[in-house]
Amino acid sequence: MTLLEVQDLHARHGLLQAVRGVSFTVSQGETVALVGANGAGKSTMLRTLAGAHPASAGSVRFDDVDITGVPAHRRVALGIALVPEGRKLFADLTVEENLLVAGRRAKPGPWTVETVVAAFPMLKPLRNKKASQLSGGEQQATSIGRALMTNPRLLMVDEVSLGLAPIAVDAVYESLTSLIKSGSTVVLVEQDLRRAMSVADRVICILEGKIVLEAATASVSRELITEAYFGLRAQGST
Amino acid sequence: MSWVNAVVQGLLLGGLYALFACGLSLMFGVMRIINLAHGDIAVLGAFLVWEVSFTYHVSPFIALLPVLPIMAAFGYVLQRSVLARSLRGGPLIPLLTTFGLSIVIQNGLLQAYSPDVRSLGAKAGTISTKSWVINSRLAVPYIGLLVLVLAVVVLGGLQLTLRRTPFGREMRATALDPDTAALVGIPAWSVYAKATAIALATATLAGAFLAIRSTFQPSSGPTQLIFAFEAVVIGGLGSLWGTLGGGIVLGIAQTIGANIDPRYSILAGHLVFLAVLASPRGRILASRSTAR
Repeated sequence: MTLLEVQDLHARHGLLQAVRGVSFTVSQGETVALVGANGAGKSTMLRTLAGAHPASAGSVRFDDVDITGVPAHRRVALGIALVPEGRKLFADLTVEENLLVAGRRAKPGPWTVETVVAAFPMLKPLRNKKASQLSGGEQQATSIGRALMTNPRLLMVDEVSLGLAPIAVDAVYESLTSLIKSGSTVVLVEQDLRRAMSVADRVICILEGKIVLEAATASVSRELITEAYFGLRAQGST
Repeated sequence: MSWVNAVVQGLLLGGLYALFACGLSLMFGVMRIINLAHGDIAVLGAFLVWEVSFTYHVSPFIALLPVLPIMAAFGYVLQRSVLARSLRGGPLIPLLTTFGLSIVIQNGLLQAYSPDVRSLGAKAGTISTKSWVINSRLAVPYIGLLVLVLAVVVLGGLQLTLRRTPFGREMRATALDPDTAALVGIPAWSVYAKATAIALATATLAGAFLAIRSTFQPSSGPTQLIFAFEAVVIGGLGSLWGTLGGGIVLGIAQTIGANIDPRYSILAGHLVFLAVLASPRGRILASRSTAR
């Protein structure tokens, strides 16, 4: 079943066209990795899907409802959650408060403070610590946990491992993998291609705001993605 | 003994300043709006209390009961209609908007009520005049004590609400980062509108008690705004307990100044304010607000 349907989506920062006519779908229970160089438009696209950035053209349908003009806080209620780039925790709030503040308006579902802490064991001793005092990995875990507190049907994670120590990346991915195995629908942006391919069913490669490659991870080689990533394939074909 | 008296009277006066400063502090803390119409809104509230009190021949304390929700509703609508739009225009526009609002309210009141100086003290009955006489040099007026207790309850209650309740958490989260708050399902406009409603209700409370314990007129607002602003800065931006302390420090500074010479009353308050601004803490405040 198709959960998210993006059609000819455009988004811009002033005069700069960051997303130029992107179309793709995400099915229920699927994990999709978005890869691409810095400035390719991945973050802008995720923010547009979450409603934090306006679409300049095109449409976004979620669960067969057009949500293109729906504001961000109502998309959360519909079941879309974004873990923003840079974690963006509420710095003066404790870990537990960060989770609770997201859970307040959530629909009832599997995620509560207790289940989030169980899924991210590293958060257990940190519940009453301020978010500003956490390490990068702990912040990322809290940020993913905060998004989960809204009981989303679609979880989008921007830059999972950016700025994290390798050991923290392992811990975050461990929790993320069990989440994916439990049947959640996840769209993630990841710089580390090997990591992305290890968890995703499908890889979408974005170059200068356009999709240049879309393939199931099982049927595509790293070389092919790398070529698309740097635009070598596009150059070769013209 | 006159010094002890000055400190006690300053403490009580500080309660009123803290009550005035409460809404200003809240609006700045949550929305980064410095509401230049805050004093005039308080005076508008006082006139509404006056109107209800004289029309229905009730004490101003009773008249506050309908006026508080009316002013809170006014705050909600004001945020949704005017302030939300000006916030989108950048940090300077709300300053201009509230300045304009201040002029509109002040002149509207002048038109409707004439520049006469009035007081709600007589309507409030003996509580506004009676004192708890401790000795010949020291007396604690009931109304002053009532205002101080009210200030502690209002500011303390709001602070606890912010710290302990789900609504307070949403307000703190929105104050820190409204965009990310939207990403976890919190509509910033709703939080902002509620914060403005609370701010206007507390301003009305302050205006009414100013009217009961002393006098007021359509042009009383700006003076109260300055005192409220000084209390917020002395107490440190963004903390309601700090605002309570700032109000009391300002009140005590003014009464001690007056004890030296009545001419120095207001000046002493300004000097304390300037001293805080010039101190290392003031510099932190200044750099923090420009960094935002």
